[in-house]
Amino acid sequence: MHFAKGAVPEDYLVYIRRKYFWIMGGILFLFIMLIYSISVGAVTIPPYEVLQTITGHSVSTKWNLIIWNIRLPQALAAIVAGAGLSVAGVAMQSILRNPIASPFTLGISNAGAFGAAVSVVVLGTGKVQSTVANAVIINNPYLTTIVALFFCLLATGVILLISSIRGASPEVMVLAGVALSSIFTAGTAFLQYFADDTQLAAVVFWTFGDVGRVNWLELKIMAGVVLLSIIYFVANCWNYNAIDAGDETAKGLGVNVERIRLTGMVIAAFVSAVLVAFLGVIGFVGLVCPHMVRRVIGDDQRFLIPGSALFGGILLLASDTVARLIISPYVLPVSILTAFMGAPVFIYLLLKGYKR
Amino acid sequence: MILSVEELEFLYRNRKILHKVAFSIEEGEIVAILGPNGVGKTTLLKCLNKILRPKGGAVHLDGNNLFNLGTMEIARLVGYVPQRVETGRLTAFDAVLLGRRPHIKWDVTEKDLQIVDSIFKLLSMEKLRLAYIDEMSGGELQKVAIARSLVQEPKVLLLDEPTSSLDMKNQVEILAIIRQIVLEHRIAAIMTMHDLNQALRYADRFIFLKGGKVHACGGAEVITPEVIEEVYGLPVIIGEIAGMRCVVPGSPEVALAHNP
Repeated sequence: MHFAKGAVPEDYLVYIRRKYFWIMGGILFLFIMLIYSISVGAVTIPPYEVLQTITGHSVSTKWNLIIWNIRLPQALAAIVAGAGLSVAGVAMQSILRNPIASPFTLGISNAGAFGAAVSVVVLGTGKVQSTVANAVIINNPYLTTIVALFFCLLATGVILLISSIRGASPEVMVLAGVALSSIFTAGTAFLQYFADDTQLAAVVFWTFGDVGRVNWLELKIMAGVVLLSIIYFVANCWNYNAIDAGDETAKGLGVNVERIRLTGMVIAAFVSAVLVAFLGVIGFVGLVCPHMVRRVIGDDQRFLIPGSALFGGILLLASDTVARLIISPYVLPVSILTAFMGAPVFIYLLLKGYKR
Repeated sequence: MILSVEELEFLYRNRKILHKVAFSIEEGEIVAILGPNGVGKTTLLKCLNKILRPKGGAVHLDGNNLFNLGTMEIARLVGYVPQRVETGRLTAFDAVLLGRRPHIKWDVTEKDLQIVDSIFKLLSMEKLRLAYIDEMSGGELQKVAIARSLVQEPKVLLLDEPTSSLDMKNQVEILAIIRQIVLEHRIAAIMTMHDLNQALRYADRFIFLKGGKVHACGGAEVITPEVIEEVYGLPVIIGEIAGMRCVVPGSPEVALAHNP
């Protein structure tokens, strides 16, 4: 059977080109946003000088210090975390065939919070220091991160185990995730009940996701993990399109649905686990960013996956910039701001319907 | 002979669903798989391209045993249109382009786009190219699903109740398109059906399943009131309207009672 009489339709090419423009525009906007975010704060550094400094042309040692040690890592952490959570969200929505799936549907963030609580209350890593609020001090932040990561991965492992026993069906995964979430929430509540004031403050403080916590090494680890996951999901965009068309259609097209679903799950969960362990709980981005992008460029995973990563980075960076400025000189953790920033935009997009 | 099915066995939780099913199909032919709900029609269809793994038997396509091929290789030979397709915010063109998945290595090529375009022309649905499939009617969506299976450039097309959710006009249109493509491109189609009259009009051969086995198999001559009553447990009358054979439920006595 051969069909070769067709031409490449011009209107389709125009349609596709428009999507590329959205992506390109997004990249440009992210870059401008990055420069702006670094330039504003307690000390204002003009954008041109920011550009000079980050391209390696030192302007002033004081500015070097501010940019390289504080603002650049924080801005990059926001971009990396936003991109990672959003791409994990879009993948999970497709894998679980569920519009409210997100990195947290499977209980990963609750597991991370429980891990932090165990570390603080049981292992006595106690006091958290916040660089921003100067409230409390964690005297061993690494142990807290490692324990949180351990519980995130444990939650992921349990979900995968359950789904391998019962077959990797979306319903089983979602329901197992809900069950796990409850267990970890109860566990955290239990520990908090017996914690003293400082420990309680430390646990609560840890759960406020904050991109200001990271150093360059942690940033590199997160960036590596997020980048690899984005590459994996982009490379599999056609498989995700196939799964979106229905399992039977996908199988008829030769896609190994169970394997793609399981691999995608592992990767999305791992990305979320790493981000939660380093930064704390940042909700909303992973759930809603993909939907915002859907409203603008549709459900085609070829554009939805990179678009979600890009827009996740933009949203979290914008939120973090506002969080640093809004009640200056006090700095809010970004997790408080993401929902405030994103939800009104999202509701507007829901009301407006799809872009034609 | 293009496709031959030998001794196909399928178990579901140790319950035998298909038992030694065997038949063959020539190129340019449409085979209708008939039988009551739950008899294993869809299961049989899914076994043919390894969506379900049969317990035993073989499916030969042009001499190759399909079960020895990888899933992608099978997808380049066999197209499959399921009963239900999911929609999304996707243009019809992109939805059909997905059918090139078994041929796409890294990204879509110009050739893929040309093939998709020619299918849109073949099914005269150029106007639907940039329509979003989540805004389509059942008939349009079914055409998109069929178009998607055609761009796979298959040798055999499997269709699971292709007309079950369509109105009369769309049913005729879809089946006529399948008929035309099967003849022109010398491929074969196997479809599960409920409507015996549609089957009589568009299929060349008929397979009646009963209790997981082939109860009757052959040309139009196997469609008799006896066979249908044995398979469906329902008496029917077969008559002719304008030279076309028609199957109507009922027995001659009942028919008389209703038409005094």
